Amino acid sequence: MKATPSMNAVVELQDVHKRFGSNPVLKGVSFAIPKGQVVAIIGQSGSGKSTALRCIDRLETIDSGTIQVCGHAVHAPDVDLRRLRQDVGIVFQSYNLFPHLTVEQNITLAPKAVKGLSSADARAIAERTLRQVGLADKAQAYPEQLSGGQQQRVAIARSLAMEPQVMLFDEVTSALDPQLTGEVLRVIEQLAEGGMTMVLVTHEMEFAARVADTIIYMHAGKVWETGPGAMLKNPQTPELRDFLSHGL
Amino acid sequence: MVDGGLNLYHLQFLAVGALWTVCLSLIAFVGGGLAGGVIALCRISSFKPLRWLTIAWIQIIQGTPLLVVLFVCYFGLSIMGLELPGLVAASIAMIVYVSAYLGEIWRGCIEAVPRTQWEAAECLALSRWQRMRLVVLPQALRIATPPTVGFMVQIVKNTSLASIVGFVELVRAGQLINNSTFQPFLVYLIIAAVYFAMCYPLSVWSRRLEARLHFGQRAAGQA
Repeated sequence: MKATPSMNAVVELQDVHKRFGSNPVLKGVSFAIPKGQVVAIIGQSGSGKSTALRCIDRLETIDSGTIQVCGHAVHAPDVDLRRLRQDVGIVFQSYNLFPHLTVEQNITLAPKAVKGLSSADARAIAERTLRQVGLADKAQAYPEQLSGGQQQRVAIARSLAMEPQVMLFDEVTSALDPQLTGEVLRVIEQLAEGGMTMVLVTHEMEFAARVADTIIYMHAGKVWETGPGAMLKNPQTPELRDFLSHGL
Repeated sequence: MVDGGLNLYHLQFLAVGALWTVCLSLIAFVGGGLAGGVIALCRISSFKPLRWLTIAWIQIIQGTPLLVVLFVCYFGLSIMGLELPGLVAASIAMIVYVSAYLGEIWRGCIEAVPRTQWEAAECLALSRWQRMRLVVLPQALRIATPPTVGFMVQIVKNTSLASIVGFVELVRAGQLINNSTFQPFLVYLIIAAVYFAMCYPLSVWSRRLEARLHFGQRAAGQA
Protein backbone atom coordinates (compact mmCIF):
# COMPACT_ATOMS: atom_id res chain seq x y z
CA MET A 1 0.00 0.00 0.00
CA LYS A 2 1.60 3.25 -1.09
CA ALA A 3 0.81 6.25 1.10
CA THR A 4 0.64 9.65 -0.51
CA PRO A 5 3.03 11.95 1.39
CA SER A 6 1.00 14.56 3.13
CA MET A 7 2.21 18.15 3.44
CA ASN A 8 1.65 18.27 7.17
CA ALA A 9 2.41 14.63 7.99
CA VAL A 10 3.77 14.41 11.51
CA VAL A 11 4.61 10.72 11.19
CA GLU A 12 5.42 9.11 7.87
CA LEU A 13 6.65 5.60 7.18
CA GLN A 14 7.71 4.67 3.64
CA ASP A 15 8.32 1.04 2.69
CA VAL A 16 9.75 0.04 6.07
CA HIS A 17 11.36 -3.39 6.33
CA LYS A 18 12.57 -4.99 9.50
CA ARG A 19 13.66 -8.47 10.45
CA PHE A 20 14.54 -9.92 13.85
CA GLY A 21 17.38 -12.29 13.03
CA SER A 22 16.07 -14.36 10.14
CA ASN A 23 12.45 -13.55 10.88
CA PRO A 24 10.96 -10.73 8.77
CA VAL A 25 8.52 -8.75 10.88
CA LEU A 26 7.83 -5.67 8.75
CA LYS A 27 7.64 -6.30 5.02
CA GLY A 28 7.10 -2.90 3.47
CA VAL A 29 4.98 -0.80 5.81
CA SER A 30 3.87 2.63 4.65
CA PHE A 31 1.49 5.11 6.21
CA ALA A 32 1.30 8.82 6.94
CA ILE A 33 -0.35 10.59 9.85
CA PRO A 34 -1.31 14.27 9.53
CA LYS A 35 -1.14 16.59 12.50
CA GLY A 36 -3.98 16.31 14.97
CA GLN A 37 -5.14 12.94 13.68
CA VAL A 38 -5.67 9.81 15.73
CA VAL A 39 -4.66 6.54 14.10
CA ALA A 40 -5.44 3.13 15.56
CA ILE A 41 -3.37 0.13 14.44
CA ILE A 42 -5.09 -3.20 14.87
CA GLY A 43 -4.09 -6.73 13.99
CA GLN A 44 -3.19 -10.12 15.34
CA SER A 45 -0.20 -10.79 17.56
CA GLY A 46 2.78 -11.10 15.29
CA SER A 47 1.37 -8.82 12.61
CA GLY A 48 4.11 -6.30 13.37
CA LYS A 49 1.95 -3.51 14.82
CA SER A 50 3.91 -3.04 18.06
CA THR A 51 7.18 -3.27 16.16
CA ALA A 52 6.04 -0.59 13.72
CA LEU A 53 5.11 1.64 16.66
CA ARG A 54 8.43 1.09 18.39
CA CYS A 55 10.28 1.93 15.18
CA ILE A 56 8.66 5.37 15.19
CA ASP A 57 10.47 6.21 18.44
CA ARG A 58 13.59 4.32 17.34
CA LEU A 59 13.28 1.71 20.06
CA GLU A 60 13.92 -0.60 17.12
CA THR A 61 16.05 0.18 14.10
CA ILE A 62 14.85 -0.66 10.61
CA ASP A 63 16.63 -2.48 7.79
CA SER A 64 15.32 -0.38 4.91
CA GLY A 65 12.78 2.31 4.15
CA THR A 66 12.34 5.73 5.70
CA ILE A 67 10.63 7.08 8.78
CA GLN A 68 10.02 10.80 9.18
CA VAL A 69 8.75 12.01 12.54
CA CYS A 70 8.28 15.72 13.37
CA GLY A 71 11.00 16.65 10.94
CA HIS A 72 13.47 14.02 12.20
CA ALA A 73 14.79 11.36 9.84
CA VAL A 74 14.44 8.49 12.32
CA HIS A 75 15.99 5.92 9.97
CA ALA A 76 19.24 7.90 9.72
CA PRO A 77 22.11 6.73 11.95
CA ASP A 78 22.86 10.29 13.07
CA VAL A 79 19.34 11.18 14.19
CA ASP A 80 19.20 13.38 17.30
CA LEU A 81 17.62 10.87 19.68
CA ARG A 82 17.36 13.29 22.55
CA ARG A 83 15.32 15.75 20.48
CA LEU A 84 13.28 12.95 18.92
CA ARG A 85 12.29 11.55 22.29
CA GLN A 86 11.18 15.01 23.44
CA ASP A 87 8.90 15.29 20.41
CA VAL A 88 7.53 11.77 20.76
CA GLY A 89 5.90 10.44 23.91
CA ILE A 90 5.28 6.72 24.33
CA VAL A 91 3.15 4.83 26.86
CA PHE A 92 3.80 1.12 27.35
CA GLN A 93 1.59 -1.84 28.14
CA SER A 94 3.36 -2.39 31.47
CA TYR A 95 3.36 1.31 32.50
CA ASN A 96 7.07 1.18 33.51
CA LEU A 97 6.79 3.77 36.23
CA PHE A 98 9.93 4.32 38.34
CA PRO A 99 9.14 2.45 41.59
CA HIS A 100 11.64 4.30 43.75
CA LEU A 101 10.05 7.72 43.04
CA THR A 102 6.69 9.23 43.98
CA VAL A 103 4.13 9.94 41.28
CA GLU A 104 5.15 13.60 41.23
CA GLN A 105 8.86 12.75 41.05
CA ASN A 106 8.16 10.30 38.21
CA ILE A 107 6.63 13.15 36.24
CA THR A 108 9.13 15.90 37.11
CA LEU A 109 12.23 13.75 36.52
CA ALA A 110 12.56 14.25 32.78
CA PRO A 111 11.53 17.94 32.58
CA LYS A 112 14.18 18.75 35.17
CA ALA A 113 16.93 16.50 33.84
CA VAL A 114 16.39 17.03 30.11
CA LYS A 115 14.87 20.50 29.82
CA GLY A 116 16.59 21.95 32.88
CA LEU A 117 13.35 23.25 34.41
CA SER A 118 13.39 24.44 38.01
CA SER A 119 11.71 22.32 40.68
CA ALA A 120 8.85 24.81 40.94
CA ASP A 121 8.18 24.86 37.19
CA ALA A 122 8.39 21.08 36.97
CA ARG A 123 6.03 20.68 39.90
CA ALA A 124 3.52 23.03 38.22
CA ILE A 125 3.64 20.87 35.09
CA ALA A 126 3.18 17.73 37.18
CA GLU A 127 0.12 19.25 38.86
CA ARG A 128 -1.35 20.20 35.51
CA THR A 129 -0.85 16.81 33.86
CA LEU A 130 -2.08 14.94 36.95
CA ARG A 131 -5.24 17.03 36.92
CA GLN A 132 -5.60 16.26 33.23
CA VAL A 133 -5.61 12.51 33.94
CA GLY A 134 -7.74 12.89 37.06
CA LEU A 135 -5.12 12.01 39.68
CA ALA A 136 -4.34 15.38 41.25
CA ASP A 137 -4.56 13.93 44.76
CA LYS A 138 -2.04 11.14 44.15
CA ALA A 139 1.07 13.27 43.71
CA GLN A 140 2.85 11.92 46.79
CA ALA A 141 1.84 8.29 46.37
CA TYR A 142 4.29 5.61 45.24
CA PRO A 143 3.45 3.55 42.11
CA GLU A 144 3.06 0.35 44.14
CA GLN A 145 0.19 1.96 46.05
CA LEU A 146 -1.84 2.62 42.90
CA SER A 147 -4.11 0.38 40.85
CA GLY A 148 -3.10 -0.60 37.31
CA GLY A 149 -5.42 1.95 35.77
CA GLN A 150 -4.04 4.71 37.96
CA GLN A 151 -0.45 3.73 37.19
CA GLN A 152 -1.20 3.81 33.48
CA ARG A 153 -2.74 7.28 33.81
CA VAL A 154 0.38 8.43 35.67
CA ALA A 155 2.45 7.00 32.82
CA ILE A 156 0.38 9.08 30.38
CA ALA A 157 0.85 12.18 32.55
CA ARG A 158 4.60 11.50 32.67
CA SER A 159 4.78 11.47 28.87
CA LEU A 160 2.55 14.54 28.54
CA ALA A 161 4.81 16.52 30.90
CA MET A 162 7.48 16.60 28.18
CA GLU A 163 4.95 18.29 25.85
CA PRO A 164 5.40 15.94 22.90
CA GLN A 165 3.99 16.54 19.44
CA VAL A 166 3.03 12.90 18.96
CA MET A 167 1.87 10.34 21.53
CA LEU A 168 2.28 6.61 20.93
CA PHE A 169 0.24 4.08 22.90
CA ASP A 170 1.40 0.46 22.80
CA GLU A 171 -1.57 -1.72 23.86
CA VAL A 172 -1.89 0.38 27.01
CA THR A 173 -5.06 -1.29 28.27
CA SER A 174 -4.15 -4.90 27.45
CA ALA A 175 -2.83 -5.53 30.98
CA LEU A 176 -5.87 -4.00 32.68
CA ASP A 177 -9.15 -5.56 33.66
CA PRO A 178 -12.33 -4.11 32.08
CA GLN A 179 -13.25 -1.64 34.84
CA LEU A 180 -9.76 -0.10 34.89
CA THR A 181 -9.60 -0.03 31.09
CA GLY A 182 -12.42 2.50 30.94
CA GLU A 183 -10.69 5.18 32.99
CA VAL A 184 -7.59 5.00 30.78
CA LEU A 185 -9.59 5.08 27.55
CA ARG A 186 -11.42 8.17 28.81
CA VAL A 187 -8.10 9.98 29.25
CA ILE A 188 -6.98 8.96 25.77
CA GLU A 189 -10.28 10.18 24.30
CA GLN A 190 -9.84 13.54 26.03
CA LEU A 191 -6.35 13.85 24.59
CA ALA A 192 -7.74 13.10 21.14
CA GLU A 193 -10.40 15.78 21.53
CA GLY A 194 -7.66 18.17 22.57
CA GLY A 195 -6.04 17.75 19.16
CA MET A 196 -3.03 15.58 20.05
CA THR A 197 -1.58 13.54 17.20
CA MET A 198 -1.78 9.94 18.39
CA VAL A 199 -0.98 6.43 17.26
CA LEU A 200 -2.70 3.68 19.22
CA VAL A 201 -1.91 0.01 18.96
CA THR A 202 -4.96 -1.51 20.51
CA HIS A 203 -7.37 -4.42 20.72
CA GLU A 204 -10.25 -2.19 21.80
CA MET A 205 -12.21 -2.24 18.52
CA GLU A 206 -15.20 -0.15 19.59
CA PHE A 207 -12.92 2.47 21.08
CA ALA A 208 -10.83 2.55 17.94
CA ALA A 209 -13.88 2.88 15.71
CA ARG A 210 -15.23 5.74 17.82
CA VAL A 211 -12.10 7.78 18.54
CA ALA A 212 -9.72 7.11 15.65
CA ASP A 213 -9.82 9.14 12.45
CA THR A 214 -8.14 6.29 10.59
CA ILE A 215 -7.79 2.61 11.37
CA ILE A 216 -4.88 0.63 9.96
CA TYR A 217 -5.24 -3.13 9.91
CA MET A 218 -1.88 -4.87 9.77
CA HIS A 219 -1.41 -8.45 8.73
CA ALA A 220 1.79 -10.44 8.27
CA GLY A 221 4.04 -7.39 8.43
CA LYS A 222 2.12 -5.25 5.93
CA VAL A 223 -0.62 -2.64 6.01
CA TRP A 224 -3.52 -4.76 4.81
CA GLU A 225 -6.44 -2.35 4.94
CA THR A 226 -6.84 1.22 6.00
CA GLY A 227 -9.85 3.46 6.38
CA PRO A 228 -12.17 5.26 8.80
CA GLY A 229 -13.94 3.50 11.66
CA ALA A 230 -16.77 2.38 9.39
CA MET A 231 -14.27 0.07 7.70
CA LEU A 232 -14.69 -2.34 10.60
CA LYS A 233 -18.37 -2.81 9.71
CA ASN A 234 -17.44 -3.40 6.10
CA PRO A 235 -14.16 -5.35 5.81
CA GLN A 236 -12.85 -5.64 2.25
CA THR A 237 -10.34 -8.47 2.71
CA PRO A 238 -10.94 -11.98 4.05
CA GLU A 239 -8.09 -11.55 6.55
CA LEU A 240 -9.78 -8.58 8.21
CA ARG A 241 -13.14 -10.30 8.13
CA ASP A 242 -11.53 -13.29 9.84
CA PHE A 243 -9.77 -11.12 12.41
CA LEU A 244 -12.93 -9.23 13.35
CA SER A 245 -15.05 -12.35 13.65
CA HIS A 246 -12.60 -13.89 16.10
CA GLY A 247 -12.86 -10.81 18.27
CA LEU A 248 -9.10 -10.45 18.66
CA MET B 1 52.20 -16.53 84.37
CA VAL B 2 52.71 -19.58 86.64
CA ASP B 3 49.00 -20.27 87.19
CA GLY B 4 48.48 -20.33 83.37
CA GLY B 5 45.07 -18.69 83.59
CA LEU B 6 43.57 -15.95 81.57
CA ASN B 7 43.70 -12.61 83.25
CA LEU B 8 42.45 -9.16 82.45
CA TYR B 9 45.62 -8.27 80.55
CA HIS B 10 44.98 -11.15 78.15
CA LEU B 11 41.39 -10.09 77.62
CA GLN B 12 42.56 -6.55 76.92
CA PHE B 13 45.01 -7.92 74.38
CA LEU B 14 42.17 -9.83 72.70
CA ALA B 15 40.05 -6.68 72.71
CA VAL B 16 42.80 -4.76 70.91
CA GLY B 17 43.03 -7.62 68.41
CA ALA B 18 39.28 -7.44 67.87
CA LEU B 19 39.60 -3.71 67.25
CA TRP B 20 42.20 -4.36 64.55
CA THR B 21 39.84 -6.94 63.01
CA VAL B 22 37.14 -4.28 62.81
CA CYS B 23 39.66 -1.80 61.44
CA LEU B 24 40.86 -4.14 58.68
CA SER B 25 37.25 -5.09 57.87
CA LEU B 26 36.31 -1.44 57.40
CA ILE B 27 39.37 -0.74 55.23
CA ALA B 28 38.52 -3.81 53.14
CA PHE B 29 34.86 -2.82 52.79
CA VAL B 30 35.39 0.86 51.98
CA GLY B 31 38.42 0.34 49.73
CA GLY B 32 37.01 -2.81 48.16
CA GLY B 33 33.64 -1.13 47.79
CA LEU B 34 35.06 1.83 45.87
CA ALA B 35 37.09 -0.48 43.65
CA GLY B 36 34.09 -2.81 43.32
CA GLY B 37 31.88 0.04 42.15
CA VAL B 38 34.38 0.91 39.41
CA ILE B 39 34.62 -2.76 38.45
CA ALA B 40 30.83 -3.15 38.29
CA LEU B 41 30.53 -0.17 35.92
CA CYS B 42 33.46 -1.35 33.79
CA ARG B 43 31.93 -4.81 33.63
CA ILE B 44 28.83 -3.42 31.86
CA SER B 45 30.67 -0.85 29.78
CA SER B 46 30.04 -0.76 26.04
CA PHE B 47 33.82 -0.65 25.47
CA LYS B 48 34.75 -4.30 24.86
CA PRO B 49 38.45 -4.33 25.89
CA LEU B 50 37.51 -2.74 29.24
CA ARG B 51 34.83 -5.35 29.76
CA TRP B 52 37.21 -8.23 28.98
CA LEU B 53 39.90 -6.83 31.28
CA THR B 54 37.39 -6.57 34.11
CA ILE B 55 36.07 -10.10 33.56
CA ALA B 56 39.66 -11.40 33.64
CA TRP B 57 40.36 -9.57 36.90
CA ILE B 58 37.20 -10.95 38.51
CA GLN B 59 37.85 -14.52 37.35
CA ILE B 60 41.47 -14.50 38.54
CA ILE B 61 40.70 -13.08 41.99
CA GLN B 62 37.61 -15.23 42.53
CA GLY B 63 39.60 -18.31 41.51
CA THR B 64 42.46 -17.62 43.94
CA PRO B 65 42.30 -18.43 47.66
CA LEU B 66 42.48 -15.28 49.78
CA LEU B 67 45.45 -16.81 51.57
CA VAL B 68 47.38 -16.91 48.29
CA VAL B 69 46.38 -13.33 47.48
CA LEU B 70 47.71 -12.36 50.92
CA PHE B 71 51.00 -14.15 50.32
CA VAL B 72 51.40 -12.55 46.91
CA CYS B 73 50.78 -9.10 48.37
CA TYR B 74 53.03 -9.56 51.38
CA PHE B 75 55.92 -11.67 50.08
CA GLY B 76 55.61 -10.73 46.46
CA LEU B 77 55.75 -7.02 47.16
CA SER B 78 58.64 -7.44 49.60
CA ILE B 79 60.60 -9.24 46.85
CA MET B 80 60.09 -6.13 44.75
CA GLY B 81 61.77 -4.21 47.52
CA LEU B 82 58.72 -2.87 49.32
CA GLU B 83 58.93 -3.75 53.00
CA LEU B 84 55.29 -3.36 53.94
CA PRO B 85 53.92 -3.50 57.45
CA GLY B 86 51.39 -6.28 57.99
CA LEU B 87 48.40 -3.94 58.02
CA VAL B 88 49.23 -2.39 54.64
CA ALA B 89 49.85 -5.73 52.90
CA ALA B 90 46.72 -7.20 54.45
CA SER B 91 44.70 -4.14 53.43
CA ILE B 92 45.85 -4.33 49.82
CA ALA B 93 45.06 -8.04 49.66
CA MET B 94 41.62 -7.61 51.24
CA ILE B 95 40.76 -4.69 48.96
CA VAL B 96 41.72 -6.73 45.88
CA TYR B 97 39.68 -9.69 47.15
CA VAL B 98 36.60 -7.63 48.08
CA SER B 99 36.63 -5.62 44.85
CA ALA B 100 36.20 -8.76 42.73
CA TYR B 101 33.29 -10.13 44.75
CA LEU B 102 31.43 -6.87 45.36
CA GLY B 103 32.00 -5.90 41.74
CA GLU B 104 30.22 -9.06 40.58
CA ILE B 105 27.44 -8.74 43.16
CA TRP B 106 26.76 -5.16 42.15
CA ARG B 107 26.97 -5.91 38.44
CA GLY B 108 24.29 -8.56 38.97
CA CYS B 109 22.14 -6.06 40.86
CA ILE B 110 22.41 -3.46 38.10
CA GLU B 111 21.40 -6.08 35.53
CA ALA B 112 18.53 -7.18 37.79
CA VAL B 113 16.81 -3.85 37.18
CA PRO B 114 14.32 -4.63 34.38
CA ARG B 115 15.23 -3.59 30.82
CA THR B 116 11.87 -1.82 30.65
CA GLN B 117 13.12 0.73 33.18
CA TRP B 118 16.04 1.56 30.89
CA GLU B 119 13.58 1.81 27.98
CA ALA B 120 11.13 4.06 29.79
CA ALA B 121 13.96 6.39 30.83
CA GLU B 122 15.35 6.36 27.28
CA CYS B 123 11.96 7.33 25.87
CA LEU B 124 11.83 10.34 28.19
CA ALA B 125 14.99 11.61 26.42
CA LEU B 126 17.35 10.97 29.34
CA SER B 127 21.01 10.49 28.39
CA ARG B 128 22.72 7.16 29.14
CA TRP B 129 24.42 8.53 32.23
CA GLN B 130 21.17 10.16 33.45
CA ARG B 131 19.35 6.85 33.02
CA MET B 132 22.05 5.14 35.05
CA ARG B 133 22.20 7.77 37.79
CA LEU B 134 18.51 8.70 38.22
CA VAL B 135 16.64 5.49 37.37
CA VAL B 136 18.79 2.35 37.37
CA LEU B 137 21.37 2.87 40.13
CA PRO B 138 18.83 3.87 42.83
CA GLN B 139 16.91 0.68 42.10
CA ALA B 140 20.09 -1.39 41.87
CA LEU B 141 21.17 -0.03 45.27
CA ARG B 142 18.02 -1.32 46.89
CA ILE B 143 18.50 -4.74 45.33
CA ALA B 144 22.19 -4.73 46.31
CA THR B 145 21.82 -3.92 50.00
CA PRO B 146 20.98 -7.40 51.39
CA PRO B 147 23.75 -9.31 49.53
CA THR B 148 26.28 -6.55 50.28
CA VAL B 149 25.56 -6.62 54.01
CA GLY B 150 25.71 -10.41 53.86
CA PHE B 151 29.13 -10.22 52.23
CA MET B 152 30.33 -7.95 55.03
CA VAL B 153 30.05 -11.02 57.26
CA GLN B 154 32.47 -12.85 54.93
CA ILE B 155 34.87 -9.92 55.09
CA VAL B 156 34.95 -9.92 58.89
CA LYS B 157 35.63 -13.65 59.04
CA ASN B 158 38.24 -13.58 56.29
CA THR B 159 40.32 -10.95 58.06
CA SER B 160 41.43 -13.84 60.28
CA LEU B 161 43.72 -14.97 57.44
CA ALA B 162 45.75 -11.79 57.84
CA SER B 163 47.27 -13.43 60.90
CA ILE B 164 49.48 -15.37 58.49
CA VAL B 165 51.39 -12.24 57.56
CA GLY B 166 51.96 -11.27 61.15
CA PHE B 167 49.18 -8.74 61.38
CA VAL B 168 47.93 -8.90 64.96
CA GLU B 169 44.17 -9.13 64.60
CA LEU B 170 41.90 -11.22 66.81
CA VAL B 171 43.08 -14.71 65.79
CA ARG B 172 46.77 -13.80 65.95
CA ALA B 173 46.19 -12.20 69.34
CA GLY B 174 44.69 -15.49 70.45
CA GLN B 175 47.69 -17.47 69.14
CA LEU B 176 50.08 -15.19 71.04
CA ILE B 177 48.09 -15.60 74.24
CA ASN B 178 48.06 -19.38 73.81
CA ASN B 179 51.84 -19.37 73.81
CA SER B 180 51.78 -18.06 77.34
CA THR B 181 48.63 -19.51 78.89
CA PHE B 182 48.39 -22.91 77.14
CA GLN B 183 44.60 -22.85 77.29
CA PRO B 184 43.83 -22.92 73.57
CA PHE B 185 40.30 -24.27 73.82
CA LEU B 186 39.15 -21.49 76.12
CA VAL B 187 40.94 -18.81 74.13
CA TYR B 188 39.48 -19.92 70.79
CA LEU B 189 36.04 -20.26 72.35
CA ILE B 190 36.25 -16.64 73.42
CA ILE B 191 37.48 -15.64 69.95
CA ALA B 192 34.57 -17.52 68.30
CA ALA B 193 32.15 -15.71 70.60
CA VAL B 194 33.65 -12.35 69.66
CA TYR B 195 33.38 -13.11 65.91
CA PHE B 196 29.80 -14.21 66.44
CA ALA B 197 29.06 -10.98 68.29
CA MET B 198 30.44 -9.03 65.31
CA CYS B 199 28.78 -11.06 62.54
CA TYR B 200 25.38 -11.88 63.97
CA PRO B 201 24.09 -8.27 63.99
CA LEU B 202 25.16 -7.98 60.34
CA SER B 203 23.25 -11.15 59.43
CA VAL B 204 20.14 -9.97 61.23
CA TRP B 205 20.36 -6.60 59.50
CA SER B 206 20.77 -8.29 56.12
CA ARG B 207 17.67 -10.46 56.68
CA ARG B 208 15.65 -7.45 57.78
CA LEU B 209 16.67 -5.50 54.67
CA GLU B 210 15.74 -8.45 52.51
CA ALA B 211 12.30 -8.70 54.11
CA ARG B 212 11.72 -5.00 53.49
CA LEU B 213 12.77 -5.29 49.84
CA HIS B 214 10.49 -8.25 49.15
CA PHE B 215 7.55 -6.56 50.79
CA GLY B 216 7.90 -3.66 48.40
CA GLN B 217 8.06 -6.00 45.43
CA ARG B 218 5.07 -8.01 46.62
CA ALA B 219 2.87 -4.94 46.90
CA ALA B 220 3.93 -3.80 43.44
CA GLY B 221 3.04 -7.21 41.99
CA GLN B 222 -0.52 -6.86 43.17
CA ALA B 223 -1.09 -3.59 41.30
